[in-house]
Amino acid sequence: MYFIPIFPEIFLFLWAILIFVVDFFLKEDKRKNLGYLSLLGILITIILLFFSAQGEMFGKVYSYDSLSLFFKLVFLLSAFLAISVSIDFVAKFRAFKGEFFGLILFSTVGMMLLSSARELIFLYVSLELVTIPLYVLAAYLKPDKKSAEAGLKYMLLGAISSAILLYGISLIYGITGTTFLLGIKTRLMVDYLQIGPIGPGLFLSFIFFIAGFGFKLALVPFHMWAPDVYEGAPTPITAFLSVGSKAAGLVAFLRVFFESFSVYNPDWVTIVAVLAALSMIIGNIIALPQTNIKRMLAYSSIAQVGYILVGLVALSERGVSSVAFYTLAYLFANLGAFVVAIAFELQTGSSEIKDYSGLSISSPTLSFLMMLFLLSLVGIPPLAGFVGKYYLFAAAIEKHLIWLVVIAVLTSVISLYYYVGVIKEMYFNKKEGGEKIFLPFGIKLALLICIIGVLLVGLFPNPFLNLASQAATVFKY
Amino acid sequence: MSEYILTLLVFVPIAGALLLLLVNKEKGGLIKSFAFVIALINFILSLYLYFNFVPENGFQFEVNQSWVQSLGINYHLGIDGISLFLVLLTTFLSSLAILSSWSAIQEKVKGYMVTMLFLEAGMIGVFVSLDLFLFYVFWEGMLIPMYFLIGIWGGPRKIYATIKFILFTMLGSIFMLVAILVLYFMNYNYTGEYSFDLLKILQLPIPFGAQFWLFLAFALAFAIKVPMFPFHTWLPDAHVEAPTAGSVLLAGVLLKMGTYGFLRFCLPLFPNAFMNFVPLFSILAIIGIIYGALVSTMQKDIKSLVAFSSVSHLGFVMLGLFALNMQGISGGILQMINHGISTGALFLIVGMIYERRHTRLIEEYGGIARVVPVFATFLIIVTLSSIGLPGTNGFVGEFLILLGAFKSKTVYAVLGAVGIILAAVYMLWMIQRVLFQEIKKEENKNLLDLNLREKITLIPIVLLIFWIGIYPQSFLSKIEPAVKNMLEYVNYKSEQMSSCEKKFDEICEAKDEPAGYVKFELRRCTEESVLNLR
Repeated sequence: MYFIPIFPEIFLFLWAILIFVVDFFLKEDKRKNLGYLSLLGILITIILLFFSAQGEMFGKVYSYDSLSLFFKLVFLLSAFLAISVSIDFVAKFRAFKGEFFGLILFSTVGMMLLSSARELIFLYVSLELVTIPLYVLAAYLKPDKKSAEAGLKYMLLGAISSAILLYGISLIYGITGTTFLLGIKTRLMVDYLQIGPIGPGLFLSFIFFIAGFGFKLALVPFHMWAPDVYEGAPTPITAFLSVGSKAAGLVAFLRVFFESFSVYNPDWVTIVAVLAALSMIIGNIIALPQTNIKRMLAYSSIAQVGYILVGLVALSERGVSSVAFYTLAYLFANLGAFVVAIAFELQTGSSEIKDYSGLSISSPTLSFLMMLFLLSLVGIPPLAGFVGKYYLFAAAIEKHLIWLVVIAVLTSVISLYYYVGVIKEMYFNKKEGGEKIFLPFGIKLALLICIIGVLLVGLFPNPFLNLASQAATVFKY
Repeated sequence: MSEYILTLLVFVPIAGALLLLLVNKEKGGLIKSFAFVIALINFILSLYLYFNFVPENGFQFEVNQSWVQSLGINYHLGIDGISLFLVLLTTFLSSLAILSSWSAIQEKVKGYMVTMLFLEAGMIGVFVSLDLFLFYVFWEGMLIPMYFLIGIWGGPRKIYATIKFILFTMLGSIFMLVAILVLYFMNYNYTGEYSFDLLKILQLPIPFGAQFWLFLAFALAFAIKVPMFPFHTWLPDAHVEAPTAGSVLLAGVLLKMGTYGFLRFCLPLFPNAFMNFVPLFSILAIIGIIYGALVSTMQKDIKSLVAFSSVSHLGFVMLGLFALNMQGISGGILQMINHGISTGALFLIVGMIYERRHTRLIEEYGGIARVVPVFATFLIIVTLSSIGLPGTNGFVGEFLILLGAFKSKTVYAVLGAVGIILAAVYMLWMIQRVLFQEIKKEENKNLLDLNLREKITLIPIVLLIFWIGIYPQSFLSKIEPAVKNMLEYVNYKSEQMSSCEKKFDEICEAKDEPAGYVKFELRRCTEESVLNLR
């Protein structure tokens, strides 16, 4: 017995509304339980994913295939982790506790729809569903000026990027007369055979698309918002932004460019390759002097997107599969690092790297986990990040993109310095009398999932690789 | 047994480390004994290799299991005459290193022992891996324990030293990662099979141009690790700041990974490039020998003297390997073992005296031979072996290397021999200033001589020094067949490649520089007609 393809999204959407409704009937001190309720909803949705038929709906507007399955799992996993760490974090807020969880769920629904979108209007609307709840969430710590600034900045720049994307869509519609991804592809193919090389209008729309998605990905030079927003937003939201929102931008990028624009591959891929190189260089170099762990992770995530795109510009099945695989490896490592940062912030109220000194004495387990997450982000074997990077580089080398790989490996060495800087604070700088960090249940759960992920994906990557390569079979290369 | 022995050697320390994590950290004595027992068990296990090793058989004790099937990564382990003694050296020195830290390490004992055991597993893994991916995993993974060993239990400038160490080595090895991937796809293009297996990749005919770049990428990683002049600057810092056991393993084993890498990977994979680089690397090796020795002479700190002497000694090893003949390479391998034993012992001895006086400055000592005669005896024996006195192990290794270098190019041997004279200068001068002359400092009058544990640490080393020095055949007989095989293979392959390249050039000329695709096909045809590698 299989449900219709879109059933998991419908379910999660209703569940989010349920959260809002239940919120009214709960007393202030009981509202924490809404978090657990949301976690339950996500778990059920994950199960539903496997009991829904793969296929198309609404006349090819929506399609549930192995690519969207993979990314839906990524979104749900990151939402699960983000909510489970926020359960104790929301105690900081004076009101609207229930909405916090509901909004995360709404955004997740948006991401899930986005990963299945095969028509531009549908894609655009899903993208808005992803980002609008996030604008609200970024500004959730209202009395905090930084959080308000984060929300406003994110909204203004986000709105501009959406407008640019929409402009790109309208240009494409004007050129091809359709908004369906497959239709655009057919039309461009015909154009290519009749007219030949790319025209200025089409080229402009590619650039608009790259800019629109680049904003979601925090790709250089569309990354300016990321550090401020990451620093100001409530940390669980930062974690969610850095993984879920990025993966959403990535899947939209893959869909549009690999499905529709594949005729003009050489034209856009050079731009993306250069932007990837810039992201790796600039992200890693600016991360070096950061003293705040959230800002450091923000810049590091800009660099990480650069690495992910190295696999994308390979334009091969191996490339897409490596992109998917690395996203998974990145999810566990990056969220893991954020979870530690959240646990630390909850107790000490600080996210300065220098306050981490001596953590290995007061909380040895927590520092050990943090070390593993950071080393996985660097790509030290045998952790998940290493296999991921190896796979990405393999895809690029297969296509003779040696220059890009050389930049990637050199910047990896740079990144080693700042990741290891945190480890240095925790282990080498002695500061006696630090208090043991208390870990609430939600945070423990999240840490457990992340560390299992980092080790499992690193040591036994086979099942994950298979899942990723299956996701890559969606496109024709 | 012979199938599982290498797996056991790698995983016994890891299992031991994980068990150790469960022990209460207050129980220092139990933790130390447990770690030592694990290291000792591993050493005894490794002796199995020595007794069951058949010199003529090539790779032995092999295991080959699929690890990541979809990428063609295998869990492939095996050793030959080149790696056999390096594995033994690792297990041997690890046991001694743990024994030596008994009283030197007082804080965070549990973390220390866990790190040491992980380090041991990583080092053995590097020497026994026959799959490039697996090799890289161990090669990189091993950095982390070393990073912590220096960073947590090191001297005053430990943080600077450890970050410099990890950045240098990572910078080197990351290009090797790229080169490994290039080889992986070359293998696929040639055979249609995805594999990181070294033995399969060895069969590849790699064009000259590609050999050049791939050689450089591998060589950078190994040259930094060795370290060759001019990549040696991380070494003195790391050595001086590391705790005694860290220095022992760093000098004794980690540096050998570089020289081992040249021999195991660079030489058979890229023989033509290797031969072309012989002059450059020989000259760098000679510069290293002389420079290291000169700088050692001027050191005020005993530990940094020993550290710089490593640069000089490893220069000898490199000179031997790049002589590319039987004597040079066998001597190089033997000298790797010798240096591991002698320099390891020197660091142990320096550590012992440091525990007593908390200084390593030469000028703080003087005349202590009268106060601590046993200590003095050990120090003199080890120093003489380091200089290469006939009858000790150092002599055999250096003699073979110089013989090999003389055969390949006389002037290299002449210049290299200068290093031996300089070694006598800095070592004997140090001995003179530390052990003899008048006792100037009050504190030195009441120094305690070595205790039983310290003697037990040093006696096996002294025995080995004389064993290798007097009867090297028991070692060389196991090393030489492997070297012979390697040299035959390398000569054969390089000739085949040269003739292939030559014929290919002729065809290309005849066809008036064909286009890329045609060239690729032509190359394949030439390779098929000329080569008979598989």
